[in-house]
Amino acid sequence: MSASLGRAAAALLRWGRGVGGGLWVPGVRAASSGGSGSAEHLDTLVKKDKVVVFLKGTPEQPQCGFSNAVVQILRLHGVRDYAAYNVLDDPQLRQGIKDYSNWPTIPQVYLNGEFVGGCDILLQMHQNGDLVEELKKLGIRSALLDEKTDQDSK
Amino acid sequence: MLSGQLVGRLFSMAGRVCLSRSSTGAGTIGPVEAAIRMKLEQALNPEVLELRNESGGHAVPPGSETHFRVAVVSSRFEGLSPLQRHRLVHTALSEELAGPVHALAIQARTPAQWRENPQLDTSPPCLGGSKKTRGTP
Repeated sequence: MSASLGRAAAALLRWGRGVGGGLWVPGVRAASSGGSGSAEHLDTLVKKDKVVVFLKGTPEQPQCGFSNAVVQILRLHGVRDYAAYNVLDDPQLRQGIKDYSNWPTIPQVYLNGEFVGGCDILLQMHQNGDLVEELKKLGIRSALLDEKTDQDSK
Repeated sequence: MLSGQLVGRLFSMAGRVCLSRSSTGAGTIGPVEAAIRMKLEQALNPEVLELRNESGGHAVPPGSETHFRVAVVSSRFEGLSPLQRHRLVHTALSEELAGPVHALAIQARTPAQWRENPQLDTSPPCLGGSKKTRGTP
């Protein structure tokens, strides 16, 4: 079971630019920040969508290996409908989100308005199965659960 | 559960690529690295502390101390969530994180967790985002 699952993971989780090329057209909202790094504004942003990420770059073109890792993990789980904000577009947002979460680095992941962590923690949640559970709480069924039923087809 | 090890292995693979590109500063310990080590030792009394300067794989000058990965193994982490553990590390290194350190990957483990998988992972390769100007490929 985890063998086929693993293979799927292996196919998808190749860090690097252009994973999946242009094949994957996500339902990600190309969110542009209102240019405000204020706590009020950020509070609205992180609560507006069930899954919110702050990245360097965009889901289509992450500009940092750690941001890319977050994108690929969400992709593995079939999470398409999430809001992504590119902090490289907006210095105020970049600083503001760090202050808001009291977390010094990007990427940052929010689930249901709650700060979850950065790349390391999301990866850990992916590895230990917590992410599947957390997504379930949000009414999102992880695609990895469906992968399980797939056979060892390459 | 859920392909965890596989992903871990992939992380290592990616890291090898990343490291092969980084030839800078191998073997030398800079002042920032020394400070990180000292502060974590003081703050968390770690059983194991592994620290790697990964700056060489990134778009920064040779010899930079901007990107690090650390594994901190401490009994202080018992009963704490990943978020809380990371915050302890951040707090210990607040000066460095507000200054020279641009990226810090953290593995915060209890001694028991470390024994299960006692290795410092490797980071995914840089995608160049810290460069100020970059053409869109």
